[in-house]
Amino acid sequence: MSEQLDQLLNEAKSAIDAASDARALEQLRVDYLGKKGRITELLKQLGGMAPDERKSFGERVNRVKEAVVSAMDERGSTLEQAELARQLAADSIDVTLPGRGVTPGGLHPIVRTVQRIEQLFNELGFETVEGPEIEDDFHNFGALNIPELHPARSMQDTFYVRNGQNVLRTHTSPVQIRTMKALVESGRRPPIRIICPGRVYRSDSDRTHSPMFHQVEGLYVAENVTFSDLKYDLETFLSRFFERDVKALFRPSYFPFVEPGADVHIRWADPGKGERWLEVLGCGMVHPKVFEAVGLDPERYTGFAFGMGVERFAMLRYGVDDLRQFFNNDLRFLEQFA
Amino acid sequence: MPETTARTRFYDSPFSIPDSRIFMKLSENWLREWVNPQATINEISDRLVMGGLELEIEPVLETLPQGVVVGRIVKAERHPQADRLQVCEVDVGQPEKLQIVCGAANARAGMNAPCAVVGARLPDGMDIKQAQLRGVDSFGMLCSAKELGLTEKSDGLLELDADAKPGTPIEQYLGLKDNVLNLEITPNRGDCLSVLGLARELSALYAIPTKRPNFPQAVVVGHAQVKVEIEDLQSCPHYTGRVITKLNPKALTPDWMRERLRRSGIRCIHPVVDITNYVMIELGQPMHAFDSGKISGQVRVRRARAGEKLELLNGDTLEFNHGELIIADDHGPLALAGVMGGQESGVQVRTTGIFLESACFAPTAVAATARRHKLASDSCYRFERGVDPNLQRSALERATQLILQICGGEVHPVITAGRPPAEPITVRLRQTRLNQLLGHEIAEKDVEQLLSRLGITTRHELGGAWIARVPSYRYDLRIEPDLIEEVARLYGYDRILAKPYAARLAPGRPSEAARSLTRVQDVLVSRGWQQIVSLSFVEPGLQGQLNPQARGIPLDNPIADTLSVMRTTLWAGLIPAWLYNRQRQQNRLRLFEQGVAFADVDGQIVETSRLAGLAVGAALPEQWNSAARPADFYDLKADVVALLGSTAGEYRFEKAEHPALHPGQSARILRGERAAGWIGAMHPKLVRTLDLPDTPLLFELDWEVIRDTRVPSTQPLSEFPSSRRDLALVVPETVSADALIACAKASGENLLQKVFIFDIYRGENLPTACKSVALGLIFNDYSRTLTLEEIDASVTRIISQLTRELGAVIRQ
Repeated sequence: MSEQLDQLLNEAKSAIDAASDARALEQLRVDYLGKKGRITELLKQLGGMAPDERKSFGERVNRVKEAVVSAMDERGSTLEQAELARQLAADSIDVTLPGRGVTPGGLHPIVRTVQRIEQLFNELGFETVEGPEIEDDFHNFGALNIPELHPARSMQDTFYVRNGQNVLRTHTSPVQIRTMKALVESGRRPPIRIICPGRVYRSDSDRTHSPMFHQVEGLYVAENVTFSDLKYDLETFLSRFFERDVKALFRPSYFPFVEPGADVHIRWADPGKGERWLEVLGCGMVHPKVFEAVGLDPERYTGFAFGMGVERFAMLRYGVDDLRQFFNNDLRFLEQFA
Repeated sequence: MPETTARTRFYDSPFSIPDSRIFMKLSENWLREWVNPQATINEISDRLVMGGLELEIEPVLETLPQGVVVGRIVKAERHPQADRLQVCEVDVGQPEKLQIVCGAANARAGMNAPCAVVGARLPDGMDIKQAQLRGVDSFGMLCSAKELGLTEKSDGLLELDADAKPGTPIEQYLGLKDNVLNLEITPNRGDCLSVLGLARELSALYAIPTKRPNFPQAVVVGHAQVKVEIEDLQSCPHYTGRVITKLNPKALTPDWMRERLRRSGIRCIHPVVDITNYVMIELGQPMHAFDSGKISGQVRVRRARAGEKLELLNGDTLEFNHGELIIADDHGPLALAGVMGGQESGVQVRTTGIFLESACFAPTAVAATARRHKLASDSCYRFERGVDPNLQRSALERATQLILQICGGEVHPVITAGRPPAEPITVRLRQTRLNQLLGHEIAEKDVEQLLSRLGITTRHELGGAWIARVPSYRYDLRIEPDLIEEVARLYGYDRILAKPYAARLAPGRPSEAARSLTRVQDVLVSRGWQQIVSLSFVEPGLQGQLNPQARGIPLDNPIADTLSVMRTTLWAGLIPAWLYNRQRQQNRLRLFEQGVAFADVDGQIVETSRLAGLAVGAALPEQWNSAARPADFYDLKADVVALLGSTAGEYRFEKAEHPALHPGQSARILRGERAAGWIGAMHPKLVRTLDLPDTPLLFELDWEVIRDTRVPSTQPLSEFPSSRRDLALVVPETVSADALIACAKASGENLLQKVFIFDIYRGENLPTACKSVALGLIFNDYSRTLTLEEIDASVTRIISQLTRELGAVIRQ
């Protein structure tokens, strides 16, 4: 009997070791431990045995059963692990291939620059205001203290439409006028603190001139606004825009709608060249005639205005040397700003 | 110091005014005769720049000639072997005369010319050696202006004054150790357009006096008079003139004057004309000389009568129709006042008598004529910016003196007409205002001292103010801030320090519903779109095809025919941008632009802010393991809906026809009843007409309409489970998805929470012109779990309504 059992166990063990997958193992489970399994059959014989014999035989059969079960469990887990390993190996991919779907585009460098300038001024409390691009004489010239026949006006540089009735604005300064007039007409009074970005037009075209370009205008009007305040805001802006301490130089200059007037230069070094002064801004204290044109009392209010060319800032910041690149819209250029 | 020259100045010169700057060239040595700061020219240049002028310094010659002296041709004989050569004997101030072979046609005995002796080196590096020309020895070279580096080209030897002393080094004789100041002047500083003006400016900047040369008055010997009458005192407040007769018609402009004029960029024409130009550069007074023999009767400064004509010095003949200010005699126009003289009455080679004009014309009168006839001259530049009304008489005297010196002649009395020069203008300046505007204290005595440097005298008034008397040449100083700028300018802008301050704000109430453009643009960018910026003026032909109904606004003065009308649609810029990139091997593009479109609507200019895009090529960028599929309407629609944001549900895409779009693949986008824009594939006919390489998908949205979304307002959430039922319907092709969904929603009442299409099938087993649509229905209620019966009843109602209204049949 005992030999029979040992043989059974050996047979079972080698069969289990030979089981190549979960299915074969399950078949063995049925063969040995199922309702009609060989071990089950042995246990069934216990009923017809004498108590002594039953006890010792029972114990022995159970030991064999336990050994078989444990061998099966062990084999099962081995097979499971091998199966998982196979699965993982089969599933593995080349993680270096690119992801699927769209790749993002990008903003135009000029728009990006305008956004940055705007944001920096918004944080200083300047609110963004826009105005029309086709202007009339009053807003583009007259109210800005540039009367007809003033040398500052020139037929050559201004685009006219509708037989000279209107002009394409030559600067963003008319937005100053519109904002101040609207304020006065609505019965309100300064403070005004605005920033006005937008397209402007001059009939000029070459490497450094585009018939269309962008400006950002700023205006602050309140009681007791000073030239020192102007310097503070612009110096602050320049250092923030370029993310370093920018040395700014204010130099007397002339714009009919400000007095005193100044242009602002910064110390700039192009790669591989020496430092030089570079003009980046025009500014000044709002001219009394401008206040009169919009109906504000020039005795009570003072203000400053400034204007900057966006293209120049974009060129400096991103190292662009040909202005025309901004408007060719060559994707190979634009994608560098994505 | 700032490098602020014409060359570095940018198109976008921030804030600047078109064409507001003009130039003047001037010799440094000439300027130093008038004011001589103990400083190098570069230091002077820096000082002027910091004072508000802009300039560039150029040496008259980069390299001075060495060993070139004044030579006098004593004898000139035909070369025995060459017709075109002469053998000259030249006196170079040495006892020995030099034999020089010369090929210049104008070489002749008695003439003075620069002579490069053996061992000399010319500015271009050429060394002069002893040579033999066709068998004749030559010990040097007689030089032209070009060989001295003075001009680009020249015709023969540079003829020097008859009294030039042989042997004088040429750099000394012509004053070649000099620089040219190339000045750029803002329109307010017309007073600096002269040696005198610049000397005054330097005198103020350096706080040193000017050394105004002494110009003696000429002795009047004759009695000739020309009667002058001014008809328009507004336009010509003051006029002076004088007759000078018995001029030597053989007189020549002396070298010193030629050189100075040349350095100012002025060509020598005739001694009298040269002298008037010289005085203009020196003092700033434009002058004109008439041939007195050509004036008949009286001189009148008057408005031109319609139809009067005048041939100008530049050869153009003008017809006057706008009351131009002219100088006329009894016969008619002689000159265009302050702008240009007439051909007929001008000084000629044989002129021996002149009438010299030195007048004050009002800026606007001169500017009006110059603009109308598109004329430019040194004279009108100066008058437009204002000429000192006190200058006419002294300029006349200065010119007279020079004429006598150079041309000889007999001087007649000064004739004056008009008003005596006005009293100086006074401007009130308050110290408190000065300090308040600058945000900086400048001491009282400093203010007075700074102003006095500018020739502005001040008188104290009670209450901390001055009454400042402004010199007549400072046209630009009229109000208090003008003086404040002058004080600040001389004090130094850099000394007015920036101080942090608390800005007074009146913040608005920003709308939460109003989306920022930045955010919407970012949606497109993250979905693969590239932004472009194109010019606002476009090609009218292309635009007419794209948007035939809109009335564009043409430019009066376009820079090119292809850029001659304001865009009515942003597509007119997107299509050229696509084609530009396609030529550069870019076949899949997603381009968008944000900007204004312009239209003429019933005579009104209407500007609308737009957001527009163009898509061509595959739906996805070329990539591995993904079948390339051309993008279609729905790809574009998904992007458009994404940018509409949280309120996309308020929009309808309504099948509609647009001249540029495929009638079967285009939609008008509506927000309620407001037109929000268009979307679609380009019309195949237009693709052919425009000869496009591909069919683009286009959209254009009105930013004002789509900008606002809504401030979120929450709904209660149902705690009960929802149930889904799917319907497979066969409907005619003409039934739109919107119609199906709307019909289902309407008949599903409140229980139907959501309807959506999850599949569309076309093909076999369907009646002709029909499609199968799979509709998903989600039922839910906030207060209870719905019963099967309720849902079934609702589904039945929905089906029967779909059948009745849209002919839908449940697919078997």
